[in-house]
Amino acid sequence: MSSHTTDRRQNASATASVIDQPTTKRDGAGALTEDRDTLVKLFHQMLLIRRFEEKCAESYSLGKIGGFCHLYIGQEAVGVGAISALRTDDYVITSYREHGQALAKGMSPDAVMAELYGKATGCSKGKGGSMHLFDASVNFLGGHAIVGGQIPLATGAAFASKYKETDQVTVCFFGEAAVNQGAFHESLNMAQLWRLPCIYLCENNMYGMGTSARRAMSFEDIAAKSCAYELASEVVDGMDVIAMRQATLRAVERARKESLPTLLEARTYRYMGHSMSDPGKYRTRAEIEKYQERDPIKLFRARLEENGMLTDDDVAAMEAEVREQVDRAAQFAEESPEPAPEELMTNVYANPLR
Amino acid sequence: MATQVVMPKLSPTMEEGQVARWLKKEGDKVSMGEPIAEIDTDKATMEMQALSAGVLRKVLVQEGESAPLGQPIAIIGEPDEDISTLLKSEPASAPAAPKEAAAEQPAKPPESAAVPAVEQKEAAPEPEIAREVQTDGKRPAGGRMLVSPIAARMAAESGVDLKSVKGSGPSGRIIKRDIEEAMKAPKAAASGTPKLRPMAMPAGQPGATYGPSAYRDEPMSEMRRTIAKRLVTSLGPVPHFFLTTEIEMDRAADMRQQINTLYPDAKVSINDVIIKVAAVALIQHPQVNASFQDKTVRHYEHADIGVAVATENGLITPIVRAADVKSLLEIATEVRELAGRARTRKLKPEEYMGATFSISNLGMFGIDEFTAVINPPEAAILAVGAMKPKPVVREDQIEIHQMMRVTMSCDHRVVDGAVGAQFLQTFKQILENPLYLFLGS
Amino acid sequence: MAVITMRDALNDALREELARDPNVFLMGEEVAEYQGAYKVTRGLLEEFGAKRVIDTPITELGFAGLGVGAAMVGLRPIIEFMTFNFSILAADQMVNSAAKMLYMSGGQFKIPIVFRGPGGSAYQVSSQHSQALESWYAYFPGLKVVMPSTPADAKGLLKSAIRDDDPVIFIEQERMYGMKGEVPEDADFTIPLGVADVKREGTDATIVARSLMVPTALKAAEELEKEGINCEVIDPRTIRPLDIDTIITSVQKTNRVVVAEESHPFCGVAAEIAAEIQERAFDYLDAPVKRVSGVDVPMPYAKNLERLAIPDVPQIVAAVREVAYL
Repeated sequence: MSSHTTDRRQNASATASVIDQPTTKRDGAGALTEDRDTLVKLFHQMLLIRRFEEKCAESYSLGKIGGFCHLYIGQEAVGVGAISALRTDDYVITSYREHGQALAKGMSPDAVMAELYGKATGCSKGKGGSMHLFDASVNFLGGHAIVGGQIPLATGAAFASKYKETDQVTVCFFGEAAVNQGAFHESLNMAQLWRLPCIYLCENNMYGMGTSARRAMSFEDIAAKSCAYELASEVVDGMDVIAMRQATLRAVERARKESLPTLLEARTYRYMGHSMSDPGKYRTRAEIEKYQERDPIKLFRARLEENGMLTDDDVAAMEAEVREQVDRAAQFAEESPEPAPEELMTNVYANPLR
Repeated sequence: MATQVVMPKLSPTMEEGQVARWLKKEGDKVSMGEPIAEIDTDKATMEMQALSAGVLRKVLVQEGESAPLGQPIAIIGEPDEDISTLLKSEPASAPAAPKEAAAEQPAKPPESAAVPAVEQKEAAPEPEIAREVQTDGKRPAGGRMLVSPIAARMAAESGVDLKSVKGSGPSGRIIKRDIEEAMKAPKAAASGTPKLRPMAMPAGQPGATYGPSAYRDEPMSEMRRTIAKRLVTSLGPVPHFFLTTEIEMDRAADMRQQINTLYPDAKVSINDVIIKVAAVALIQHPQVNASFQDKTVRHYEHADIGVAVATENGLITPIVRAADVKSLLEIATEVRELAGRARTRKLKPEEYMGATFSISNLGMFGIDEFTAVINPPEAAILAVGAMKPKPVVREDQIEIHQMMRVTMSCDHRVVDGAVGAQFLQTFKQILENPLYLFLGS
Repeated sequence: MAVITMRDALNDALREELARDPNVFLMGEEVAEYQGAYKVTRGLLEEFGAKRVIDTPITELGFAGLGVGAAMVGLRPIIEFMTFNFSILAADQMVNSAAKMLYMSGGQFKIPIVFRGPGGSAYQVSSQHSQALESWYAYFPGLKVVMPSTPADAKGLLKSAIRDDDPVIFIEQERMYGMKGEVPEDADFTIPLGVADVKREGTDATIVARSLMVPTALKAAEELEKEGINCEVIDPRTIRPLDIDTIITSVQKTNRVVVAEESHPFCGVAAEIAAEIQERAFDYLDAPVKRVSGVDVPMPYAKNLERLAIPDVPQIVAAVREVAYL
């Protein structure tokens, strides 16, 4: 365990500002050790999520999606890379910015879009909405809308796997702002204390709504906070899907083999506002454009092309297919019925007593 | 120093009040806090106490008259004091608006004025709610009857009249226990045969002729006026309502037969009996023997009964004057004579105008039951159906009796449902036991 | 039937349910090695081992949320709060996660969990340790709230709560842990949730009481019996869902109601019961529904002040006399 701690310290200092310093590493470079199908599938998923989220923005502006709607654009590599490292029976639980992770975990775009539209065919029967996507069939334990609220739940799912000796791993996504909540610290303490197979994956997109991490954290090195609990940790380039995948694979192995938790800090950036109603006054256009230069999809495409795994034609075909899939999801959602009025009163209790 | 007594505000919604009764006459000595008048508000009749001592020098608003809030209604002063300035002047502190009068005036009552008992008790002005709380323990707040929900329901179901029940709960609230006790008490009212007051039979002068009945106009109470106003808006100028009852006529028919046996020339008809009985009942229920007169209700001394007669030219109602004091024989003769002249159009106007009550009988046409239209300004008209033998259940036995249905139309501005019903009850009792006609006091 | 304390009845319920279902585990502060802060979990660590009887750090939000997460994926946690005062730290997980999970997942994730521990007043433990929080939790659809008043009820209801598929807030009363009563020994003995119990039949007035107020109300009823007032005492046992029908039936018979509770009156359970009664049985009332609640102040420390803050027999007697117009 002490070796993890040491690793973590080295990682933390070496990669403190991965995405702030794009020149420290030559993007798009590096040999790809895995097979083409696996890698192209990652690309495909990222593309699907990007187009799906763009469709959401469009539908939201047309008033078809209500409430809060938090988009994942810019962060696709984190969810896709991390979830690609999991078995299908592993658990994923996350926050309210979860459309991308839901799709990556294998949920149907139709059911997700229908949920956003508030339709009966939605993954949560139209009762959850954008912030509460659930799918028990793929062990997607939901989007949770109290910042940090899902972290103890993830700890519980990991506890259950260990209790039942199933060797399932739980990945818990949360933003960097959740790190300031007690739930984060209480969970890490219990997870390490009881050796729970949980991966705490912090998506550090640098802003908690409109407040930059700089203005909210006395000590901004999130991965380093794990040392308070002697947890293994790693800082990962959240714009690099392969880096995300590989770091998560390491954490998964630690969880499955040693029943130990890991804290991963993925440095990433969201292009859109906190939600669709965010005027974005807290950051400059120039800042957004700077990060868009390291767009995860652009970077990965270049890398795949460089390794001869992807052509412009492939991308064009994939684009067409993904767009059609997203359009179909929107159409499905549009055409689906609203929940029946009697659904209002169902699912309050599993054993209603009266 | 002489002071004006002004019309006080005695209910939250009161805008004007009516002097129901002066308890002091001009020249009477008045001491501080002594009741000097009863004021009729839109809600209740309240006593008004004097706030200064002296002599009631002048009554400015007579009994039955109304005055808006704050208007002087009397003057109290020393016996020999000059009150001429007060007689001319405006109220000492005329309220700007009635509402403010209530809120502000009591704080510093015009040194002069008499204020009502309720307000006088209070040293400082209190908001409305506080006043309710301060209401003394046993008195229903604001005159409203307080009844617990279950007590109200039990009373409704058992026919207990809440007005007759004294509440034992807080502020006089009528509670379950009170109703249970009321139900245990002998049910005088519910037995169906209220005791008839033995009636005085005013001695008519045989052969005397009677002009239209003398009457007495009573100022309409605020409440009566409100009822009248409301009903007219709802139902037109004469707001009718109808009360029907079925009467067993065996004894009345026997009596008529016996009279006709004794006096074959008399030819007393059942309708003559009905006229007589109605007249007697009207005297017992003066509220029905009345008419609506814009600002007053007119109560008649005698029952002048209009009898509807069908002629070729239409309906006319010759009047049997003072039917209450006439004998059946007189009535029978008079009706026959009047009807004859009616058919030949020889009636004088005073013979068919100015009845106090009318009767219309369509029994001879086999009509069982109908409603008649009131002949204004009378307060009611009785529509009489045919007398027929009918099966009737008496003590679980089916018996055959001569039955007759009557329907009274009432002018609701004058006659309320209960008043009309009580009249009909008396009418029915006498008809069913015509001996009552002969029971003097 | 054995006569045992409420503490032992609860202990029996936990033991029987741990033995019955391997997915049941017990977690909380001092539940294992210390044998329970109030000895309710005595002996369970020895019997079921550290895997299933787990001492936690003092981290209420954390272990409450852990329990909910474990329940999402098939376990049946029993989470003990050393006292319910500390559940306030965990309220986010109880309310935002446990109560709503089934609904917002469209029925996919049920949360079979029990949060239990003592609530209400103890003896001179002052403001932060003497709170009756049932109205907080009863407010939320998705939660069930149970408060036993006898050893038998405690056992039967706790067993039902553990077997129930919904989150159950099970509030015991520290002052009552030593209370003795007859308890069936049958391992299958349960008492259904959502069913009130008529603790005493009567005709003149109904006293609705829960938890500590049940024995208090029963004593008041005895006092009143001496004056010829025959009281019915109803213990809802489950606060949510509330068995209002039993209460209404009683009110229809007696026409007068006093609701006694240890908690503050404002927005309390008695207020809810009073509202239900006036909506459903207005025409049966002979007097306004009377509440006897804890005084609306934080709990004081001083013995005399504390005694004044908690409803007692004379207060309930006075309230019944008031609604009975005596």
